[in-house]
Amino acid sequence: MGSSTMLHLPSGPTGVIAKLHPTVMFNICDSYIRRNDQQERVIGTLLGAVSTDGIVEIRNSYAVPHNESSDQVAVDIDYHRSMFELHQRVNPKEVIIGWYSTSSGVSGSDALIQDFYAREVTNPVHLTIDTMFSDETTSIKAYVSTSLTLGERQLAAQFHEIQLDLRLLEAERIGFDLLKKTMVEKLPSDLEGLEQSIGRLQNMIEVVFRYTDDVVEGRILPDNTIGRYLLETISMVPKIAPEAFDRLFNDSIQDLLLVVYLANLTRTQLALAEKLNSAAQIL
Amino acid sequence: MATDGVVVPTRSFAQAAASEEVSVPLRVVQIDGLVVLKIIKHCKECMPALVTGQLLGLDIGSILEVTNCFPFPSRGGEEDEEEADGANYQLEMMRCLREVNVDNNTVGWYQSTYMGSFQTVELIETFLNYQENIKRCVCIIYDPLRSGQGVLALKALKLTDAFMDLYRTQNFVGEKLREKSLTWKNIFEEIPVKISNSSLVSSLMTELETDAPATQCDFDRLVLSTNPFMEKNFEFLIECMDDLSMEQQKFQYYYRNLARQQSQQQIWLQKRRTENAARKQAGEELLPEEDPNNPIFKPIVEPSRLDSYLITNQIDNYCSQINGFSGQSFSKVYLMDAFHED
Repeated sequence: MGSSTMLHLPSGPTGVIAKLHPTVMFNICDSYIRRNDQQERVIGTLLGAVSTDGIVEIRNSYAVPHNESSDQVAVDIDYHRSMFELHQRVNPKEVIIGWYSTSSGVSGSDALIQDFYAREVTNPVHLTIDTMFSDETTSIKAYVSTSLTLGERQLAAQFHEIQLDLRLLEAERIGFDLLKKTMVEKLPSDLEGLEQSIGRLQNMIEVVFRYTDDVVEGRILPDNTIGRYLLETISMVPKIAPEAFDRLFNDSIQDLLLVVYLANLTRTQLALAEKLNSAAQIL
Repeated sequence: MATDGVVVPTRSFAQAAASEEVSVPLRVVQIDGLVVLKIIKHCKECMPALVTGQLLGLDIGSILEVTNCFPFPSRGGEEDEEEADGANYQLEMMRCLREVNVDNNTVGWYQSTYMGSFQTVELIETFLNYQENIKRCVCIIYDPLRSGQGVLALKALKLTDAFMDLYRTQNFVGEKLREKSLTWKNIFEEIPVKISNSSLVSSLMTELETDAPATQCDFDRLVLSTNPFMEKNFEFLIECMDDLSMEQQKFQYYYRNLARQQSQQQIWLQKRRTENAARKQAGEELLPEEDPNNPIFKPIVEPSRLDSYLITNQIDNYCSQINGFSGQSFSKVYLMDAFHED
């Protein structure tokens, strides 16, 4: 921001990366679906944490009611404050880091809202989710704004797009297949999940197998990097002498069998005890 | 509603109000993907502390839809200010959510659990508390530890009606239980869970994440080390067994006392009868055959079976977890074997 009469336009990547939790996305979509009929878009606050190296984690969000007409925007500040307090009580580590809106791209009134949020936090992140799918590509974008000054006066705010990563916790990854479909009849049990994983593993092995076959037969040109990668992967299987492995294998199988036997024994005992307890007749 | 084939045009309001509503039994709990994610996030963040939260949604026919949820602040501080605070928080939250058109209807609550050890008396009490205000409520139990194993450990529970009626009378004597044929299996009822998502959200998700050949959860599932999980499970199982054996001892004690009291009563009664016979011969007044003041006639209270039922439930849970987990480990060990075939 220059102090002379030059117009400074900062350009280039600002180095801020935003990581988005899928909870936030679901929240935003849900509030969009539930919006009032007259409203075209939904605005809300983003909560999260900023780490020291400029990575902003967006963890939670809530919608804030607002009124929009052609030239002015009114945001319900009290609501915003009280919701923030309520959220703070559950998780004091989450602070306001920006705001979101469900329009495609950035519009004029956004600068005002960005200003308001800039009072709460130093560099608010603005997230847009395009619910209209106006262009075919990714519809979620994140921006930070820098203000353009001419001398001492502030002219406008320029929104820079920043890199956005989608981050999933482990449990969320599991639910991921479930979350993609519109209706899942039944939660998969452990064995089914394991079956899926093993199926995928098998597929991958088949792909590798076919590739090596093709290379050996000369159908595909060998690629050194892939070859080296495969060699590394295969050499990760530890080399154990067959007798030692057999012993290890038998031991684990026996342990597991013992465990299963104990569990079933306990269960039978419980059933028996139940019968005895409830059938006890007092003269 | 038509009766016996003749179409009755309209029923008067009084008639409609007077007729009893036949409540359809709850068959499925339909949870929004949003709620699942929020629950996972909240429970995971506060691990290892156990947390709770409220479920909001709609109750339609035989489906209970859960469309939103919010977490409760964790307890810390004294009891007095917490009661008012907690209620305040709830009211505030519901009011704010109502402004953004979220369903303002409580349908239950969720809680996180550690290794499946959630069957406690507090759970039952909370259920009854909720049941007074809401016709149908469920409790969703989420186990963040088991989810680290690669499976979504989410369950929807409800108390069975028979159990609730019995609990209200606070009477867990053997007679009553046999009468209602209520065993420890009948306390909680698990309801199947369906997950639903709006099309908007599923299209967004599909666009963002293409199907990768392997996901991280595959790696989680195929981990060979079984020990930590099993050990913890067994530890809890052993503790529960100790508790159960204590309960059994209580019962044995009670039965022994009861038998002893019965024999004492018989002896006393015999003495009375012989005395009475003697008195009759002597022409004196007969003594009553009962003596309410005698301590051996005081009825001994039978200990409640509720705790032992809960413990039994818990043990069963652990056993099934162990079984499931061993099944998986078997497959994994055989897989390793196949890799080493040479």
